[in-house]
Amino acid sequence: MNLAIQTQHLSRTYKLRNAKNSRTKELVALQDVCLEVHPGELFGLLGPNGAGKTTLIKILTTLLAPTSGKALVCGYDVVKEASKIRPIINMVSGGESSGYGLLTVRENLWMFAQFYGLSSKEANRRIAELLEVVGLSDRINTKSSDLSTGLRQKMNIVRGFLTDPQVLFLDEPTLGLDVGAARDVRRFIRNWLNQHPERTILLTTHYMAEAEELCDRVAIINQGRVLACDTPASLKHKLQREAIYHLEVTSSSILYSEHFKEIQGVRKFSFRPRDGYAVLDLILDQDETLAAVVNTLTAHQVRIINLQKREPSLEEVFIDLVGKSIEEVESGRNGSGHSES
Amino acid sequence: MHTSQISPFLAFWRSFRLATWLGWQIESNWADPFLFTVYSLIKPISSAAILVVMYSVITRADFTAPIFPYIYLGNAFYMYVGQVMTGISWAVIDDREHYKTMKYIYTAPVHFPAYLLGRGVARFIIASISVLVTIVFGVLFLEINIEVTQVNWAFFLITLFTGVVMLALMGLTLAGVMLLLVHHMFGVGEAVAGALYLFSGAIFPLEVLPSFLRPIGFLMPITYWLELLRRLLVGDVASSFPTLQTLTNVQLYFILVVLTVFFAAFSILTFRACENRARELGLIDTVTNY
Repeated sequence: MNLAIQTQHLSRTYKLRNAKNSRTKELVALQDVCLEVHPGELFGLLGPNGAGKTTLIKILTTLLAPTSGKALVCGYDVVKEASKIRPIINMVSGGESSGYGLLTVRENLWMFAQFYGLSSKEANRRIAELLEVVGLSDRINTKSSDLSTGLRQKMNIVRGFLTDPQVLFLDEPTLGLDVGAARDVRRFIRNWLNQHPERTILLTTHYMAEAEELCDRVAIINQGRVLACDTPASLKHKLQREAIYHLEVTSSSILYSEHFKEIQGVRKFSFRPRDGYAVLDLILDQDETLAAVVNTLTAHQVRIINLQKREPSLEEVFIDLVGKSIEEVESGRNGSGHSES
Repeated sequence: MHTSQISPFLAFWRSFRLATWLGWQIESNWADPFLFTVYSLIKPISSAAILVVMYSVITRADFTAPIFPYIYLGNAFYMYVGQVMTGISWAVIDDREHYKTMKYIYTAPVHFPAYLLGRGVARFIIASISVLVTIVFGVLFLEINIEVTQVNWAFFLITLFTGVVMLALMGLTLAGVMLLLVHHMFGVGEAVAGALYLFSGAIFPLEVLPSFLRPIGFLMPITYWLELLRRLLVGDVASSFPTLQTLTNVQLYFILVVLTVFFAAFSILTFRACENRARELGLIDTVTNY
C-alpha cells in the first residue's frame, strides 16, 4: 500500500535578490527532509514561524517545486504527476481571509466543490451539513466579505473538507481564531478523521498543545531540518529521565544566562523576561541540581514567585532539541530571551 | 468524481464554465444592476467622445472624410483588445493579491489555462456591449454609414470570433508573464494594450509609422482583424487606405487565421514555460500587498 506522503532528501532553497544592489542570497527553507506519513494518520509538523513548515506544504500541494530530492503524495510525484495529485488533496491555510468577497458563503463553497467534480446536489448537501457542524449555517447566504476573519476561516475549513480529500493539508488551521473557535476546529478535525479513518491529515502548527492534542505523530522542524519524528508520547518519554522545572521569578538586572550555564547539572534552560517578572524553564540531570539553581537565584536577589515540577511536554522536547523555546526562536530575531544548551 | 477520471475536454470545459460564471459574478456584482447598466452605457460613449472631440478639433469637424469611420470603428473594436487581453491576465492579479485564492484554485483539479480564459469571458461580454453602444452612437449621431442589409454578417461574426480567440491567446501569454512578475504587474496589461494600439492601425494607417516600425504592425494579427472588421461594416470606405489595399477580404481572413494559429502555439508554450518557472521560483501564490 502506498504511503500517503513520502519525502526523500527533500530540500528547497530560495534565492532572494536585494533590490538595492541586485545581489542574490540563498535562503535554505528545507534541508534534506525525509518523512513518511501513513494513510489514516494525523501527522503534525511542529516548529516556529519560518521553520519550513509552509514550504513543505507548498511542495506537497504542487504549488512549489523542490530544489532537490523527491516528494510523493499517494505514490504520485509532486513534480511530474501534479495533475494526479490535485483531485485527491485539499488544503486550508490559517490566518488569512481568502475568498471571493462578492460571493456568498454557499456560492464560494459550491464553486470549489464544482471544480472537484461534485454534482450540485451533492455539493449543496455537504455544504449544509458541514456549515451546520462548524456553526455557520445561519450565514450560508451572507457575502463572504461580510464575515469576520474567524468566520471566513471557518468557511475555508469547510472548503477544505468539502471535497472529502484523501490527503488534507492544514497549515496552521487555528491561527487567528479565538480560543473557543480554535477548540471547535480541533474537535471537528479529530471527529472527521475518526469518521474517515482511511483519510490522512498533515497539520502544521506552532502551538504545542494543539500538536499534542491532535496528532498521532509529530515531526519537530526547525531551520528547515526535521530534528525528531515520533508519537508525542515517545518524544516525551525520552525526556522522562530528566527533571523538568518551570519557575516564575522576579526580574533582575544582574542575572544573565551565563549564571545558569555555570551550574553543573543544568542540561538545558530557557530564560524569558516578562512584564515585571521572568520565566525560567529548566531541564536538569537530577532533582538535586535545583538547589544550586535556587542558590544562584538567591545570590542575585531574585525571588521565586512560582515553582512547578513538570511532566515533560512537547514544549520541553522542543527546548531539548533546539536549545530554545518556540517563542524564543520566533522572537530571537529581535534579541529578547536567553537560552543555552 | 475527480478530474483525473474525466476526459481532458470535459476538464477544460468544466474549468472554463465555472471561471466564466465566477468572472461574471465579479464583474457584474460590484454595483447594483441600474448603476451597472448606466456605467456600461456611459463609459464607451465617453471614451468615443474624447476621440471625436480630438478629431473634430484637428479636422474642423469634417465627419464626412473616409478617415473618420476608419478611426471611429478601429477605436471601437480596439476595446476588445484591452478588455479581453487584460481580462484574462488580470485574473492572476485578482486571485493572487485581491482574493488570495490563487493557491486554492491552482491546487484544485482545474485546467489552469481554461480557468484563466474563462475569467476573461465576462470582460468580453462587457466589451461587446461597449463596442455595440459605440457603433450605434456613431451611426445615430456621427454619420457613420453602415448599410445593414449589405453587410455579410456571417463573415463578420466569424471574423469577430476568430479575432477574440486570437486576443484570448495573447491574453494567456500575458497571464503567463504575470505569473512571473511580482511587484510591477499591475500596469503591464494596459501597457501592452497601449503599445499595440500604435502598431495595429486602429486609428491611423501603418504608413504613418516610420518605415522601420511598420513590420511590427504587419506581423500582428490585430492589424488584419481590425481592417477586416471595418471593411465588412463600411466596405470601400475602409479599404480605400493603402496599407492593406491589395489584399482581398478572404486573403485578410486567411492571414488572420495563420497568425492566430501561430500565436496559439506560441501562447500555449509560453504560458506553460512561465507556469513551470513560477512554480520553481515559488511565485504562483505570491501575495505582495503592493
